[in-house]
Amino acid sequence: MIASAEAELLRRTLALLGKEALLPAGFDPLTDAKSYSTPRRLAVLVSDVLERQPDLSEEVVGPSAKIAFKDGAPAPAAEAFARKNGVDVSALRTITTPKGDYVAVTTTKVGRAASEVIASELPKEIAAIYWAKNMRWIAGSKQTFVRPVQWIVALLGEDVVPVSFGGRTAGRASFGHRVLSSGEAFEIETPASYVAQLEGEYVIADVEARRHKIRKALDRVCRTVPGARWREDEALVDKMTHLTEWPDVLLGSFDAAYLDLPEEVLVTVMRDHQNYFAVESAAGKLAPYFLAVTNIALDEENAGIVRQGNERVLRARFNDARFFYDFDQRTPLVERVKLLENVTFQKDLGSYAKKSERVRELCHRLAMTAGMIAPTYDVNAILDAASLAKTDLTTELVKEFTELQGIIGGLYAEKQGVSQVAAEAIYDQYLPASADDRIPRSAEGALLGLADRIDTIAGMFSLGMEPTGSKDPFALRRAANAVVRILAESGLPLTLSDVMGAASPQPEVEAKLKSFFAERVEFYLREAKGQAYDVVKAVMAPGYDEIADVVARAEAVSAARGSEDFLAVSAAFKRMKNILAQAGYQGPTPGTGFIHAFEDPAEAPLARKSLAAVKERHELSNWRSYGERLASVASIRPEVDAFFAQVMVMDPDIAVRTRRLNLLYMVLQNFSDIADFSEIVTAG
Amino acid sequence: MSNKNPLTFQELLFTLQKFWSEHGCVLQQPYDLEVGAGTMSPDTFLRVLGPKPISIAYAQPSRRPADGRYGENPNRLFRHTQLQVILKPPPADVQSLYLESLVAIGIDLRQHDIKFEEDNWEWPVGGAWGVGWQVMLDGQEITQYTYFQQCGGMDLDPISGEITYGLERIAQFLQDKDSIYDIVWTRDAQGRELTYGDVRLHEEQQFSAYAFDYADTAKLWEHLNLYEAECKALLDRAKIVFGEGSKAEGSGARAQGSEGDAADALTVLRFPTMGAYELALKCSHTFNLLDARGAISVTERVGVMGRIRNLIVGVAKVYAEQGRLTARVSESAGEQASVVGA
Repeated sequence: MIASAEAELLRRTLALLGKEALLPAGFDPLTDAKSYSTPRRLAVLVSDVLERQPDLSEEVVGPSAKIAFKDGAPAPAAEAFARKNGVDVSALRTITTPKGDYVAVTTTKVGRAASEVIASELPKEIAAIYWAKNMRWIAGSKQTFVRPVQWIVALLGEDVVPVSFGGRTAGRASFGHRVLSSGEAFEIETPASYVAQLEGEYVIADVEARRHKIRKALDRVCRTVPGARWREDEALVDKMTHLTEWPDVLLGSFDAAYLDLPEEVLVTVMRDHQNYFAVESAAGKLAPYFLAVTNIALDEENAGIVRQGNERVLRARFNDARFFYDFDQRTPLVERVKLLENVTFQKDLGSYAKKSERVRELCHRLAMTAGMIAPTYDVNAILDAASLAKTDLTTELVKEFTELQGIIGGLYAEKQGVSQVAAEAIYDQYLPASADDRIPRSAEGALLGLADRIDTIAGMFSLGMEPTGSKDPFALRRAANAVVRILAESGLPLTLSDVMGAASPQPEVEAKLKSFFAERVEFYLREAKGQAYDVVKAVMAPGYDEIADVVARAEAVSAARGSEDFLAVSAAFKRMKNILAQAGYQGPTPGTGFIHAFEDPAEAPLARKSLAAVKERHELSNWRSYGERLASVASIRPEVDAFFAQVMVMDPDIAVRTRRLNLLYMVLQNFSDIADFSEIVTAG
Repeated sequence: MSNKNPLTFQELLFTLQKFWSEHGCVLQQPYDLEVGAGTMSPDTFLRVLGPKPISIAYAQPSRRPADGRYGENPNRLFRHTQLQVILKPPPADVQSLYLESLVAIGIDLRQHDIKFEEDNWEWPVGGAWGVGWQVMLDGQEITQYTYFQQCGGMDLDPISGEITYGLERIAQFLQDKDSIYDIVWTRDAQGRELTYGDVRLHEEQQFSAYAFDYADTAKLWEHLNLYEAECKALLDRAKIVFGEGSKAEGSGARAQGSEGDAADALTVLRFPTMGAYELALKCSHTFNLLDARGAISVTERVGVMGRIRNLIVGVAKVYAEQGRLTARVSESAGEQASVVGA
């Protein structure tokens, strides 16, 4: 939150200074501006700000010379114009324009002082900074900010700029670290000395410098345990960077007996509840240590005290987790199935018990469609997993650590003797939860993930609760993204319509689902696969039911689009499509085949090449060898170019015209199962 | 621990009370009804409403039946103790003041790691929310600080600052105890230690058993319905009383200064909104007992919470209106007095 506010304040400040002509020529925002933030402060430093706006001279055109001057003497019109512009009549000139002679004057708008502009305009920019949650604190005022403003420092060179915001007016007094500094205000001398002066008061204002200090300290402290390393966790490093002003790192340990608890639980307690980094052995096994980032410099005297406190807190947390874990074991998951009747999934869609039954049925149907049979696949494991998948919602551990749902179910299932395949499927059921997450490890797990999500999506759509605009309260888009990814990457022989159809939606719901999923496939191709907008449109045109196939086509088209021939052919295809559209061509009618094209010397080469491509496609061992087929698309360029150079498609002779249209149609058709090439943007 | 003679549990309470007393707070006794948190005491929930400034501090035993563990879990309690401080309006640098209070209880700030982590508070049943921090001391959350923004669904102006100290956690921290029950509560005349367990363990055992095993759910539902009905009836009466009260004033009756008018003002002043609030609190506690007993399904839960919300938010609205009317009456009384004096 602070990070985005820091970036926004910098952006707004530069935009303001730019708009107000207070930045010098050649100003480079990357090198000449810098921003800082800590949990207690936001700062922007801009170099070379002009002291005042340049004067603006402007030519103002007035009334026509004829009206302004009568017999060479200024008339009332001239006097009025001069008065309006604050000049003497003698300053008026006559200029010649295409419309005739007019009176004009050059006026000078004197630039305002930078401090005046900043004092009057910057408060609006500060007020406009976006915060997820704002507060009021001034009685009788609607002024909001993230927290009450404590002080403002605004300096232009050595001078204070009296910026007022949130009931405070800027001076040069600032404060250092809450505990390490004296606590007394100190004066910032110049903008350039800001960072160094703060450092003297135990505040590292620069975010990247703090991040670097934390990473180095984590490395250094971790080295005191032979063979150990800290688990990389960028998000936690970031969080601690924004929670500290003077960070240091502490190594703590816990009783190795706790390592009996699932690692997932221990890591969640440490990372999510205590902001600790987990430590692992060289072999990647969790070690009984943790690293805590402090907001105080640690020395021999205080390190022991702070460590002891943190260790005691962690011990209490682990004890709680153990209590819940042991308590949960008294009621195995199988006995929890009936408890799900009391857990509502959605008011109109019933309990989680009902949902589990539906998902089980969906799993069965999808497994049959996919031809998943023993011994290659363990269908019973899928069905068991479907029945037990949600039972962990009734466990104490999941109530305490909701982020571990699914994972706890999987771990308990394994411990309670449910098959390995089923346990893994339960464990993986919520994967992928985000774009960088992995998909379920097994085909069985993938199937469960599909069934669970399509049940939710189809159920919500049937109640009219589909996402609209920015509103997606049930995270259905995320669920659909996961469906698309699993289909694309799991290798399960299932199409999108298999999955949608399994939920047996009503026709009008099915239509909505189709366009909803089309958007998700587009999103997947663009965001996950990095495909360009036009390529996505082109490859989706022939269909996208098989996600892996549309991905393969998109990748082949993207690879080919670098070639000049391919782009030329795409442009030619666009032309062909336009010609066919303009001719109102409906497709070949019987008896108007393009066989005679072979007799016409101008048409024959293209006709032959097109036929050869058809033959080639059949001869390819795998007709999905899109790369090779696209090479042959590109190879028809000479024939296409020659055809258009020599032939007028819309020949007056209807037979010739039809034949030529037929030929173009055939050429397009031969490649239309890969993409609609006319969608490819070729210009530029 | 850094401190060789840490405060006992009761010294901790004394010291914090003394600290806030010296900073101008009214020291109030704990509220004598079951509440889940110090925020629910009328000394917070009702006093933050309206324009009248107040600084007040009180210890508040807070009952959370579902958190009971029969006294077997060293870190969870059916009933814990909060020290609640309300500063309306809050002083500018309330964090520094708070840190001073930690120094007062013997925490050497340079020997510990203190972080203010952003933590926004919300109590939907009370239509209340605020923004603030949780205070982490060596990895332990010891205090919640909130700038109250809304209460009973109404914007607060001025806002209040709320500091909630978790006394057991702080005592555990000061005395370096792994179990709450080992906290030294006090020393007797002979210098022998009495622990938290000596004083309170049997309460935890019995109240956990009551909440989890003995409470008669059918009777609890009856209680809930009865408390709700009476609270609602009072709120309905309030509508009539305050509706008429404001009308009478609007019609210019004030200027005549008739006797009936004075009775109206007195009726408004004496209307038992706080009684209605106590009934709402009873509902809330009964709900918590039913919940601990596992007698409320997830589906029912939302509905019952909605019912209690209606009561609590309703009380807040009536209380705010009552405050406005009462203030107007005393204002006009003041005007009349000055006329007489002249």
